[in-house]
Amino acid sequence: MSAQGLTGPGLRLDRLPRRRRVNRLMEGLAWLSAAIAIAILGIVVFDVARRGQSELNLNLLTKAPINFSLTNAPQGLANAFAGTLVIVGLATAIALPIGILIAIYVNEFAAASVRNLVILVLDILAGVPAIVIGIFVFLLLVVGSGQSGIKGALSLAILMLPFVARTTIEVLALVPNSLREASLGLGIPAWRTTLSIVVPRAIGGILTGTVLAVARVAGETAPLLFTSSVVGVKTDWNPAHALQTIPVAIFELSESPSPQDHARAWAAGFVLLVFILFASLGSRWLVTRSHRKITGR
Amino acid sequence: MSTTIEPAVRVETRQPMPSRERLEAIFHVESLDAIYGSKAAIKDVTLEVYKNLVTAIIGPSGCGKSTFIRCFNRMNDLIPSFRQTGTIRYHGQDISASNIDPVAVRRNIGMVFQRPNPFPKSIYDNVAWGCRVLGMKDRIDERVERALTQAALWDEVKDRLKASGLSLSGGQQQRLCIARAIAVEPDVVLMDEPAASLDPIATQAIEQLMHGLKSEYTFVIVTHNMQQAARVADMTAFFSISRGGEGERYGELIEYDATEKIFTAPSDKRTEDYVTGRFG
Repeated sequence: MSAQGLTGPGLRLDRLPRRRRVNRLMEGLAWLSAAIAIAILGIVVFDVARRGQSELNLNLLTKAPINFSLTNAPQGLANAFAGTLVIVGLATAIALPIGILIAIYVNEFAAASVRNLVILVLDILAGVPAIVIGIFVFLLLVVGSGQSGIKGALSLAILMLPFVARTTIEVLALVPNSLREASLGLGIPAWRTTLSIVVPRAIGGILTGTVLAVARVAGETAPLLFTSSVVGVKTDWNPAHALQTIPVAIFELSESPSPQDHARAWAAGFVLLVFILFASLGSRWLVTRSHRKITGR
Repeated sequence: MSTTIEPAVRVETRQPMPSRERLEAIFHVESLDAIYGSKAAIKDVTLEVYKNLVTAIIGPSGCGKSTFIRCFNRMNDLIPSFRQTGTIRYHGQDISASNIDPVAVRRNIGMVFQRPNPFPKSIYDNVAWGCRVLGMKDRIDERVERALTQAALWDEVKDRLKASGLSLSGGQQQRLCIARAIAVEPDVVLMDEPAASLDPIATQAIEQLMHGLKSEYTFVIVTHNMQQAARVADMTAFFSISRGGEGERYGELIEYDATEKIFTAPSDKRTEDYVTGRFG
C-alpha cells in the first residue's frame, strides 16, 4: 500500500465498521464462554453445598457411619475420609517418583524418536477409561486374594501416572537450555545437572501437575469399586485392608432410601470439592513463592 | 590473592607479539569439519590456540564462530544431529575422540555464554555450587571471594551475597557467570560473544577482566564486534562464509594471525574487506 493511501481522503474505511462489529462479537463470545465456565463451577459448588447443608458439620469428618441406625445419633463418614487420605496418599507416593523419572528420561536423555513414542504411550494411557484400569487391577490382583487399600492405590496410581509424567515433561521442556549448558559447561555430569539445576527449576510445575492428578483421582469411583469397596463402617487406616473412600461412599449413599444419607453424600461431595480447591490454591501459592525465591523479585 | 585490573590496551600500544615459535600451543585444531545433519557448518579449520593469550574469532553472522568455539568443550554433543571430523588436540590429546568423557573436557575448559545464564540460586551459591559439586570443598568462602574479585564484581555484591543471582543487572550477571566459570579453576575459558547483550560499560568491565586474567587462563572469545577483538585479542581468526556447489554455504577460516596484523595488514582480500567494514 502506498503511503498516500494511509492519509487524507485516501484512508480506507470501507470495511472498518464490519471489522469493528466482528471484533466486538468475538470479544463478547470469548467473555461469555469464560462466564459460562465460572457460572457452572459456581452453580455446582453452591448446589452441592445447599443439598449437603444439613449434614455439613464436624461429625461428618469425625464420626463413623452407623449401620441400620434407628436413632438420631450423629454419624459421619470418617471411615471414607480416612480411606481416601490413605489411598490417594499411597497412589501419589507411587505415581510421583515414577512419573518424574519417566519425564526426566524422556526430556533429558531420550532420543527424539523414543521421546515421541513414550509421549504417545502416555497419552493413550491417560485416555484409558478408569473402569478399565479398575477391572485390570481387579483381575490381576484382587481375584483370589481380595480387595485392599494398596490395590486401590495401585489402580489410582496407574491413572495418575500419565498426568504426572506428561505435565512434568512439559515443565522440564520449559527449563531453558542455557541453564543446562551453564552447568554442563562447568564440567558437571548430566545426572547432577538434572537433579540440582533442572528439576528444582521445574518443581513448581511438577507440583501443580501432581495436584491436578490428585484432584482427578480423588473423585475416581470406578476402579475403587473393584479394588477397595467391600468395607465395614469402622474407621481404618491400614492399607492392607479394603478401605472405604469418599467417592464410593457417595455412590453407596446415593442408593439409600434415607434423605439424610443423601444429604451426607452431598456434604461429602462438597468436602471433596473444597479439598481440591484448596489443594489447587495451595499449589499456586507454593509455585509463586518458590518463583519469587528463585528470581529474587 | 588480589588481582589488579589493567586498563584495556589498545592495539596501537600493544606489546609486540612474541614470535609464534616461542608460544606454547594449548590447542591444535586440524582439518576440523563440523556438521549438523547433512549440512556442514564449518569446513577444514586448522589453527593453534596459544596458552595465556586471548584469541578472538571474528566473522559475519552464520560463519560458524559459535559452532567452532563449542567444539573446544564438546558442547555440540548436546545437539543430536551434530558430528565432527578432524581433530582437536588439547595438550596433545584428541578431545573430540569418542572415548573421551566430555565432562572431563569441560572440567578443564570452561565456558561463558552469549546470554548471561546465572543459576536460579544466590550470588554466593552461583559461584560456590560448582566448586562444591566438583569436590573443591576447602575454603569455599575464599574461592568465592577470589573469583568474584577476579571477575570485578566483588565490590558490587559483597554485601548481598545471599541475594539471587537473577536480581543482578545484565552486565553483573555476565560477570557472575565469568566468576562461576573461573572459580572451578579451568585451564581455558571459552567466551561465546560474552558482551552481545551488554552495554558498553559492562562490556568494558569484561574486556578489562580478560586482560587482568590472561596470565592465569587462556581465553578464546567469539565476537562479531571487531573493535572488541582489536581491544582484547592477541591473536585473531577471521572466519567467513564460503559457497560450495549446489547452494551449499559453510564457514571457513580465512586468516589467522596476530590481531595487529589482521587489522592493519591482512594478507587476504576478504579479511581486509571485513575489517574495513566493506563487508559483513
